[in-house]
Amino acid sequence: MKDQFVVPARLKTTSFVLIGIGLLTLLIGIFAFSGEHGSTRFWAGLLQNSSFFLLVVLASTFFIGATTLAHGGWQVAFRRVPEAISMAVPVLGGIFFVILLFLIYGQKGHIYHWLDKEHVAHDPILSWKAAFLNPTFFIVAAVITIGLWILFTIKLRNMSIEEDGWGLSKDSGKRILWRNTVMCGGFVVIYALSVGSTTPWLWLMSIDAHWYSTMYSWYTFVSSWVSGISLIALWVIYLKRNGYLPYVSEEHLHDLGKLAFGFSIFWTYLWFSQYMLIWYANMPEEIIYFKPRLWGEWRPIFFLNLIINFITPLLFLMSKDTKRNWSSMTFITVLIICGHWMDFWQMVGPGTYQHLVFPWFELGIGVGFVGLIIFLVSRQLTKAPLVPKSHPYLKESIIHQA
Amino acid sequence: MAVKNFVVASFDDEAVLFPAVKKVRTAGYKIHDVYTPFPVHGLDHAMGLRETSLHTAGFIYGVCGTTTALSCMSWIFNSDWPLNIGGKPHFPLPAFIPITFELTVLFAAVGMVMTFCYLCNLMPGVKKHIFHPRQTDDLFVMVIEVTAKTNAEEVKALLAQAGGLEINEQRAEAGWWYGRFDQDDEATLYKNAETATVNA
Repeated sequence: MKDQFVVPARLKTTSFVLIGIGLLTLLIGIFAFSGEHGSTRFWAGLLQNSSFFLLVVLASTFFIGATTLAHGGWQVAFRRVPEAISMAVPVLGGIFFVILLFLIYGQKGHIYHWLDKEHVAHDPILSWKAAFLNPTFFIVAAVITIGLWILFTIKLRNMSIEEDGWGLSKDSGKRILWRNTVMCGGFVVIYALSVGSTTPWLWLMSIDAHWYSTMYSWYTFVSSWVSGISLIALWVIYLKRNGYLPYVSEEHLHDLGKLAFGFSIFWTYLWFSQYMLIWYANMPEEIIYFKPRLWGEWRPIFFLNLIINFITPLLFLMSKDTKRNWSSMTFITVLIICGHWMDFWQMVGPGTYQHLVFPWFELGIGVGFVGLIIFLVSRQLTKAPLVPKSHPYLKESIIHQA
Repeated sequence: MAVKNFVVASFDDEAVLFPAVKKVRTAGYKIHDVYTPFPVHGLDHAMGLRETSLHTAGFIYGVCGTTTALSCMSWIFNSDWPLNIGGKPHFPLPAFIPITFELTVLFAAVGMVMTFCYLCNLMPGVKKHIFHPRQTDDLFVMVIEVTAKTNAEEVKALLAQAGGLEINEQRAEAGWWYGRFDQDDEATLYKNAETATVNA
């Protein structure tokens, strides 16, 4: 039984190459996008990618939190995978925070136009919103949320590794469940209040500061959550293919597939709820958001978004066989992650650099983040055995039937 | 339907039932059904039942619902009685989606429930022979059909060896019927039970 992950040389090389591509793109971007309007695209690309990948890896912490609170047992056989992915939160959170500092205090590009004090003073809507759309509030909120995410993520990970030495007994099992439930309960509340409501308003919705949608945060959350589930599934498939995770079977893959299927539909539900109400009311201040996206240059992306993130998972994952097949799950999870990356792209792009262009810069940075995540997660996977052998629900997970 | 002969055995433990089902199947006897007090995970697999096609039926019902809703609404608003509602186009797809969604769910749900009832022969007033009064209470009851090739005594011996309790033979209607338990079924049931006690 291979219980200790060793990073294969090939995976390491791949991650370095991908990081290299990202850094190279960044370097080219610095020179290619100089000047006032050029730098807008540069910073928008960074904002889009760093927020997307940060929320995607954070979804792993939420996965641990939600399954623990639900007293789920099925995920224990691969629990170390979301744990390892979640440990990328500190690094990606740090990167994102640095980018935020540049955006807020460096006043880089035209990302957040509520930063322009002159403009805000003559704008009744923005001067009202200045109560929370101001640099101090923005940065304090970012410090608190990112800080709490990192704290809880590290705490949950350390607790899990520590519990390995406790052995399987009634008392240790009770203690493990109790303290995990408490910690996860705390995290889920923080997560709901941040990713589920305020964070996307501040980071992404304030790009279109005049516009607002109450669906926006849930919509952003589901986008990152379904991608996060896909990322977990991808790592599980990768490890299984390389002979690790002996207790993981098609049954576990089937359940991950069900989650990806269900939340793809849930994403569509929120997408539609946001779109239809705005379309129906047809009020100028609301419809402005969909003007460039549906009737402007971004029209193809608008429909591609629906095809990739709704139609494809709906029809592809509906059958039981595709959810239990390692190859087909690899295909659809990669597609879902790409699709939601594109979703974030069309959330950021039209409000900042406005024109639809081939996103070579955004893609390059995205590839760099993928490399960084591969590097961080594979390194974290080596730090603990892949099976949490003291977890009281381990047996339930081994005999799990989807 | 047809009146057939059955060998009936009850089991008081899931762990005994599973190997017994396996033995009966490897011996080549035809299992009529196994009655359990609760859904037993993996029993369908052990009995060799084929995967249900209910979900395929559900998909088809859903597609029917989608088509019904979309075609009905577009016909009404475009050809039968076009109305100007808030200056919206006559084919306002986003406005149609909620109703389309609801009809898809409704058709799929109702269709699947009715198909399920049909497949399980469930209907108000429909009766089926009860092989053991405790078959869905606290006992697992395995029923084996006695075909032309089956030696009932051998089956009984096999079941007894596999841990079956209260093994008896019953002659009963294999499918569903309309009628009354006390007149058409219970008599045979009690008669069989009596003979079983005598045999024991």
